[in-house]
Amino acid sequence: MEMTGSQILLECLRQEGVETIFGFPGGAVINIYDDLFDSPIHHILTRHEQAAVHAADGYARATGRVGVALATSGPGATNTVTGIATAYMDSVPMVVITGQVPTPLIGNDAFQEADIVGITRPVTKHNYLVKDIKDLPRIIKEAFFIARTGRPGPVLVDFPKDVQVATDKFHYPDKVNLPGYKPTYSGNARQVEKAVEMILGARKPVVYAGGGVSSPEAGEGLTQLAELIQAPVTTTLMGMAAFPKKHPLSLGLLGMHGTFFANMAVTESDLLIAVGARFDDRVTGKVETFAPHAKIIHIDIDPTSIKKNVRVDLPIVGDLRDVLDKLVKRLSEENEGVSGLIDETVNWRQKIEAWKEEQPMRYEPSDKEIKPQFVIEKIREMTRDDAIITTEVGQHQMWTAQFFDFSQPRTFLTSGGLGTMGYGLPSALGAQAAFPGRQVIDISGDGSFQMNSQELATLVQFNLPVKIAILNNNYLGMVRQWQQLFFKKRYSQTIMEVPIDFVKLAEAYGAKGLHASHPDEVEATIRRALEIDGPVIMEFKVAREENVMPMVPAGKSLNEMVLAS
Amino acid sequence: MKHTISVLVQNEFGVLARVAGLFSGRGFNIESLSVAPTLEPTISRMTIVTRGDDRIIEQINKQLHKLINTIKVIDFTHKDCVAREMALIKVSAEEGTRAEVLRITDIFRAKVIDVAPRCYSIEVTGTSSKVDAIIELLRPMGIKEVVRTGPVVLARGARMGEK
Repeated sequence: MEMTGSQILLECLRQEGVETIFGFPGGAVINIYDDLFDSPIHHILTRHEQAAVHAADGYARATGRVGVALATSGPGATNTVTGIATAYMDSVPMVVITGQVPTPLIGNDAFQEADIVGITRPVTKHNYLVKDIKDLPRIIKEAFFIARTGRPGPVLVDFPKDVQVATDKFHYPDKVNLPGYKPTYSGNARQVEKAVEMILGARKPVVYAGGGVSSPEAGEGLTQLAELIQAPVTTTLMGMAAFPKKHPLSLGLLGMHGTFFANMAVTESDLLIAVGARFDDRVTGKVETFAPHAKIIHIDIDPTSIKKNVRVDLPIVGDLRDVLDKLVKRLSEENEGVSGLIDETVNWRQKIEAWKEEQPMRYEPSDKEIKPQFVIEKIREMTRDDAIITTEVGQHQMWTAQFFDFSQPRTFLTSGGLGTMGYGLPSALGAQAAFPGRQVIDISGDGSFQMNSQELATLVQFNLPVKIAILNNNYLGMVRQWQQLFFKKRYSQTIMEVPIDFVKLAEAYGAKGLHASHPDEVEATIRRALEIDGPVIMEFKVAREENVMPMVPAGKSLNEMVLAS
Repeated sequence: MKHTISVLVQNEFGVLARVAGLFSGRGFNIESLSVAPTLEPTISRMTIVTRGDDRIIEQINKQLHKLINTIKVIDFTHKDCVAREMALIKVSAEEGTRAEVLRITDIFRAKVIDVAPRCYSIEVTGTSSKVDAIIELLRPMGIKEVVRTGPVVLARGARMGEK
């Protein structure tokens, strides 16, 4: 049967198991939208294309499946760029489909034309321009395959309008043929053997886990390894939810706003086992003095992550689950070695416990003003273990990482690599669309929230009961903190001088708005919000000049932290 | 240190932009680049000359390999290989220098491929250092224009880079 390009696209999506997509219509995708009208695929209309991509990203991070976003050509396409770059930096599987002007007009500066394939080349894992309808099923097949395999990432498919209306017989290929794309899944046994030797010889081992462990399978492998060798585990922002913070071996976050004990442990360790992490500058601080006494084992599926920023003594390229399983299996066979290791590292664990006691993660409580950290602790207390937390970017994001005890994989969605303000609300929207019955909470700041606040309308329209906690300090708090500490308190353009009535804003969109300005009101506000069956903004007027501590100033070593006073 | 890297890529639109964008986006430098299809018309071969310390060269190799359209990356730096580059040199050939230009051309087994009343165009093929050398010798005669291809490289012997 002959089908049009846009029908073929939707059929390909259906065969990929896509149930929900996020998008915004326009002239160059109007044919696709016409076919969507009769399609079983559920479409969520965001109020901005950037939000559509963040929503697809949130959907993907919460489910582990490929998120899909759809936008029109030109400005629709360029609006997706921040969302795509966010997903690229955090290795999120996603397929973004953009309309394009008809192929004969490409290059003519046609109305709403943008070279989106050229623009997104550096921020996609791969991208395509569909020039011939005969290539369409293969391209969609490849796009999904590339997005979800190896180190996942976003793939963009640019789809010209004349190809959408062209017709062809439909056949969806079973397999892809990509001679240049063969990710290494199986960890090299000899490298694993060397790792076993290094681990058994270690006296101060630390496991450092990144976003690669965010899947439940990899997280389980990580826990097994850590428990078997009794090694403490520190995580990046991206790896945080994979290893329960309440676990006795957990050191929490490391790096710029990491815990004292995580940063000290890494600095003094003699063996750093990096698992699915990439030694980002916010983690390492000054690279030259990062883990100065440690040998480094680096396990990652992406060879380019290895030896990019730091020297590595033993690289193991492979799927984390495979490599961790092999390591656990081999170490389990070394009974004497492992019990010897555990005996020899008793002092190390005691030292870490002493650090934990000396400088626990803490803040100065108050009964007069609301401390932002207090709100975060209360939200944790009052929500279910499987609640999905998203954040925007800034102080509230770091406090969430520091004070929210995550315990389940895929429950913490945050823009780690790109640091995109405005990510939290749309990603919460995407996660809620994936899991209508779960609690989804966007922990936000007043600055970030305003970057995508229009998505309140989407929440209301699609009955997505996301709860938004705005920690309002009337500042762009993180920049203000830097200005306070490093720029003599010259608060250049960080004071949000117009106070916004967030309660009224919520009501204007048909959502509920709640407000708290005293610590006594926090608990009741959260309780009310959780009881309401619909989207709610909770505005917390928080201590204005509260800082995120500890802090490793940019360019300093991890052990040069500024601690909470 | 200078490295010569050969990259087999799918001969598709945009692949050159991906490779060039990778170098510019990550701050790697390209000293020369030559591209043309191989015997298999769906595959092109790029020969890239670049500079960097070991860490950078390792990253360049890995990043090139990571591109979906890249089939194979071969770093020829420590491999036994033959490398050749061609240059076309337009040099002035006046009464007093014409004989010297021809003599130099002859010594380098280069060819005069175009003759005008006051200038010759010369084609020379060889290693990059040979091309450098003839340019140095011709410079005093008055070089008007030079175009170089950048080197192309093949492994010595029966070994093949392509498969």
